[in-house]
Amino acid sequence: MGSHQRAQYAPNVSASRSAVSVRGLGKTYRIGRSGHRPTTVVEAVAARLRSPWAKSRFTEFDALTGVDLDVPWGEALGIVGRNGAGKSTLLKLLTRVTAPTRGRIELAGRMGSLLEVGTGFSGELTGRENIYLNGAILGMSRREIRSSFDEIVAFSGVEKFLDTPVKRYSSGMYVRLAFSVAAHLRTEILAIDEVLAVGDAEFQRKSLAKMRDVAKDGRTVLYVSHLVPTVTALCTSAVYLDKGRLTYSGSVDGALDVYRRSFAQFAADQQDPDRRPGTGQLRAGSVVPESDVFDPAETKRFVLGVGSSPDLVGSYFVSVHVNDASGAVVAQCDSRAVGGWYEPSKEQEIQLTLRAPWLKPGRYTVDAFVCQAGVLDAWEGAATFEVLPATPYPEMTLDEATAQAVVLADYDFQGR
Amino acid sequence: MATVVITPPGRLGLPRWRELWAAREVMYRFGLRDVLLRYRQTAVGVAWVVIQPLLGAGIFALVFGAVAGLPTNGVPYFLFSFMGMLAWNLFSQTIARSSASLVANQALVAKVFFPRLLVPLSSSLGVLLDYAVALALGALLLVVYGVNPGWAVLLLPVWTLLLLLFALGIGIAASAVQVKYRDVGYVMPWLLQMGLYATPVAYSVEATQDLPPAAQWLFQANPLTWFLEAYRWSLLGQQVPPTWQIVGMVVSSLLVLLGGILVFQRYERQFADVI
Repeated sequence: MGSHQRAQYAPNVSASRSAVSVRGLGKTYRIGRSGHRPTTVVEAVAARLRSPWAKSRFTEFDALTGVDLDVPWGEALGIVGRNGAGKSTLLKLLTRVTAPTRGRIELAGRMGSLLEVGTGFSGELTGRENIYLNGAILGMSRREIRSSFDEIVAFSGVEKFLDTPVKRYSSGMYVRLAFSVAAHLRTEILAIDEVLAVGDAEFQRKSLAKMRDVAKDGRTVLYVSHLVPTVTALCTSAVYLDKGRLTYSGSVDGALDVYRRSFAQFAADQQDPDRRPGTGQLRAGSVVPESDVFDPAETKRFVLGVGSSPDLVGSYFVSVHVNDASGAVVAQCDSRAVGGWYEPSKEQEIQLTLRAPWLKPGRYTVDAFVCQAGVLDAWEGAATFEVLPATPYPEMTLDEATAQAVVLADYDFQGR
Repeated sequence: MATVVITPPGRLGLPRWRELWAAREVMYRFGLRDVLLRYRQTAVGVAWVVIQPLLGAGIFALVFGAVAGLPTNGVPYFLFSFMGMLAWNLFSQTIARSSASLVANQALVAKVFFPRLLVPLSSSLGVLLDYAVALALGALLLVVYGVNPGWAVLLLPVWTLLLLLFALGIGIAASAVQVKYRDVGYVMPWLLQMGLYATPVAYSVEATQDLPPAAQWLFQANPLTWFLEAYRWSLLGQQVPPTWQIVGMVVSSLLVLLGGILVFQRYERQFADVI
């Protein structure tokens, strides 16, 4: 692998002290050009007979290219990147679910994975039987399972239903039990793919704390997620993947910064209607906020310009999402909900008036969707605006008075 | 701590035996799950294990023994066909269950790593349990009919092991191919059905002696015939099979198993991408 494929920055740790060491890793998928792969022998033979000299009917797709990575012991590494950047592929290679096409991975210990909660659970089996089955699949020996059995049960809180088939469990119980088994893996390296977002808030908090303990034990955690808050809470370092290449490796803040900036780049690309998803029968031409800056409690207006399409039959509706800097959708304004249907026969100017919730200071992006039965135009990052660092409340407070929530609530308190 | 090195797979390769051994718990749990699932929600439950071979042997005794009147070298036809079915069921059930096992567990295979070879291997555990029950029943029948198989019965575990390896070799390969080509799942039951009639299971090799020599040769060349002859020697005290058949059994079962594993390994690397 050429040195030009190296990451810009790699933690300076000698390979022998690394828990995970990756060199020149690449994965290429073959995609059938016709979008169809023979699934039966008969089809395969028929295809071969029809065109006996067709050498390969594949296009190749590089999911990962030249990834170099060293993860020291005791580190919780976050893997961030946009959808399709190769995060899950990287994790699949590291956990050996699929084999690499190029390169080399060295794992200095057992790798356990918490890829998807409940994989390998069997509905007919009881909770107890499933703990043993799932534990074994995830790589625990019988002795290890037995010694952590009580802990697993206590953590999941399903003691009373241990001898009930899990098909009778509520989905919450099911997920809690599944997570608990995986969380008590004793492997030296632990890979987690988006699974912390399970269960109720209380259980999520407990899970996150549990994962943090794992890293504190000197074991190594690899964590893939879209949820920026959990990456910040859990990880001690992070890497950023872009189109299958590792383009940043270093601090969590640094990686998240690159991640956020990638949204701006994405928004620029989306200006071109031809590059946007949707059928394209009707496109939004503009999304203009009334102002570039708003006060948190101010009423915010946006004007959508939608083109015309005389051929389109029936009226359409629009939907506008407001997203905060971490990508969370804080408001979803669907015109159907307020009776907004529009005729495609002429161009339309549609005004959205957003009175509540109050938004926290920071940068926001606006997505616009034009839909009928299907999506005609999906324009992510159609506009951006800023909410000024002002407080809508009568008293000045420290940041911690508002830090926990996604939006600012309109409230007051009264003694009674 | 052992370092695991992951590199792109080569063209041919044997599994990492140490890893298989370390993950043997997976095989046990899978086998246990299959057994529990099969009998937990059936009304007659475990009784099926007893009823199935009795019914099968009964029908063959009726058709081939009573109606067609085929020879069995003096053994009661029911007992004769029961012992044949005992061996045949071990063979066909192992293939049937192991070949379907990977596709049945595709959610797991696509998401978690464990030595995948354990999946088809584990399906033999349930089959062996059924076999043990049928064998106990067979022992009872021997007492009832007053047949003494003699010391040759001590070799039965050897035949069992060889037949199991032979069947697993085919089942392992079929399970891997089925991941890519699902029609294996439709063809396999049909092939096994054909095999049942083409092999002297419900009739004796003796019964084929009226056939032209070319057809007889075909029966002799079928490895399953060798296994059935060995079974009848060990369980019914029939004549000792020729040495070349015994050597053939050992060689063919090891070769088939090795071939099955090689085919499996070749397909294995694409499982998660294809399934």
